[in-house]
Amino acid sequence: MGALIQLSYLVAAALFILGLKRMSSPVTARGGILWAGAGMVVATLITFFWPGMQNYVWMTLALLIGGGLAWYTGKKVAMTDMPQMIAIYNGMGGGAAAAIAAVELLRGEFHSSTFQILAVVGALIGSVAFSGSMVAFAKLQGIMKRSLVFKAQQVLNLLVFGGALVFGLMLMGADHPGGTAILAFFTLALVFGVMMTLPIGGADMPVVISLYNALTGLAVAFEGFVLSNAAMIIAGTVVGSAGTLLTQLMAKAMNRSLANVLFSGFGSGAGATAEAGPEGAMKEIDATDAAVMMAYAGKVIIVPGYGMAVAQAQHKVWEFAQLLESRDVTVKFAIHPVAGRMPGHMNVLLAEAGVPYDKIYDLEEINNEFPQADVALVIGANDVVNPVARSNPDSPIYGMPILDADKARNVIVVKRGKGKGFSGVENGLFFLDNTRMLYGDGQEVASKLIAEVKQL
Amino acid sequence: MIEGFTALYIFMLAGFTGYEVISRVPVILHTPLMSGSNFVHGIVLVGAMVAMGHADTGMEKIIGFIGVMLAAGNAVGGYVVTERMLEMFKSSKGAK
Repeated sequence: MGALIQLSYLVAAALFILGLKRMSSPVTARGGILWAGAGMVVATLITFFWPGMQNYVWMTLALLIGGGLAWYTGKKVAMTDMPQMIAIYNGMGGGAAAAIAAVELLRGEFHSSTFQILAVVGALIGSVAFSGSMVAFAKLQGIMKRSLVFKAQQVLNLLVFGGALVFGLMLMGADHPGGTAILAFFTLALVFGVMMTLPIGGADMPVVISLYNALTGLAVAFEGFVLSNAAMIIAGTVVGSAGTLLTQLMAKAMNRSLANVLFSGFGSGAGATAEAGPEGAMKEIDATDAAVMMAYAGKVIIVPGYGMAVAQAQHKVWEFAQLLESRDVTVKFAIHPVAGRMPGHMNVLLAEAGVPYDKIYDLEEINNEFPQADVALVIGANDVVNPVARSNPDSPIYGMPILDADKARNVIVVKRGKGKGFSGVENGLFFLDNTRMLYGDGQEVASKLIAEVKQL
Repeated sequence: MIEGFTALYIFMLAGFTGYEVISRVPVILHTPLMSGSNFVHGIVLVGAMVAMGHADTGMEKIIGFIGVMLAAGNAVGGYVVTERMLEMFKSSKGAK
């Protein structure tokens, strides 16, 4: 039986890697998750035959409860809420890794001190990923609105982390770790995860979720060493390194270093206050004029942002785009790497509306096309088209790569009100001479535009 | 038993594999991919089951139970949302 179990784990690990590989192209991505899913089923089923196990009834019950709840919530969640859902599932994985470590520490039967050390390190990482992900979820879900920043926060965080480390070292050295030390260790580790995530603003959450994803992978790998489980080691390490790379890519897209994201408390309102408003005034346009402008244009680039998704306007926008195309207008969608709440989030939302992925362009692909575009239609996007990022070194978003919507001949900005963006920075684009503001709810505006173009 | 240098080799090779597999992914797939890799570390379920299967005292069993529940949530939830997202990706040639 032992050999068959190991063989199944080997197959599962191979399926995970092949699955992830297939997920790296839109054509094969669908198959990729099926492959990885098959690997998971094989690994889970064979584990029931692991020698010398007990508690099967409760184990099955736990499986059904956890799996059932996740299945239900996963099927129901709206595409716009995807980031926080990924955060919560990821946190659960970190919590599970920490739970494994807790059970092993309580049993106190480690084969060598190396395993004991790895168990504690994995527990620390897993606990932080667990409680941190829960805070990330609460923030994106809107349960927790404000970033909590107070004086000497870093010092307090450091103290909590230091405390967790001290108890962790005690656990590593102890022959048979005591219950009190274990409890203190896990409590401090969980508290640290919460405190580390509290001061980070909503705009930076994607980077944080991605980081916790990588951390959970690492924690799983460490606990895999403890249990001598090759499937866990390989899958965990692959996710750990892939997640680290993904985190770096995201931080780079926002032009922020990881350290900056974690320790600066950006997006909490600090820094944006002293700024003077841009020159000029915002000029309004109504739907009729906007529709005419685009219907007779040669080329329209649509820049969607999270605001479009919140208004559930993506279907209408795509209908409008198709209408323009039927009038021989070239329509392209330009997506900033951090549009939406995560890199690629906007692509998912557009895909949901039925927009084919070959009409969607990256920042590098589309930016030199803006000067040839007659109209750039900005819907619910703000910071990612703010030219201040190019021009004003004092701005908190200075240096972030942006979509050059301001270089189009005309810019139409669809916006609900005159407020600022997610980062709280005033947008210079709205005050330019070639910019017209079209106020209203994204979906209503899109419906009006469709009606107007149909009348032409 | 996976010990010492064998463990380090596995760690190193798996690390490189993860890096290489991801490095060629287009931005449009970043969200599904993060979700997909999130699903893959749901393999922690296997470890949680083994840990719970060897739990003796009541405390160990309770923590083991929580562990299996959380891990199952990670694996199933990760799969469902990734599959839902990837299902929607179509090309304009394929769709029409």
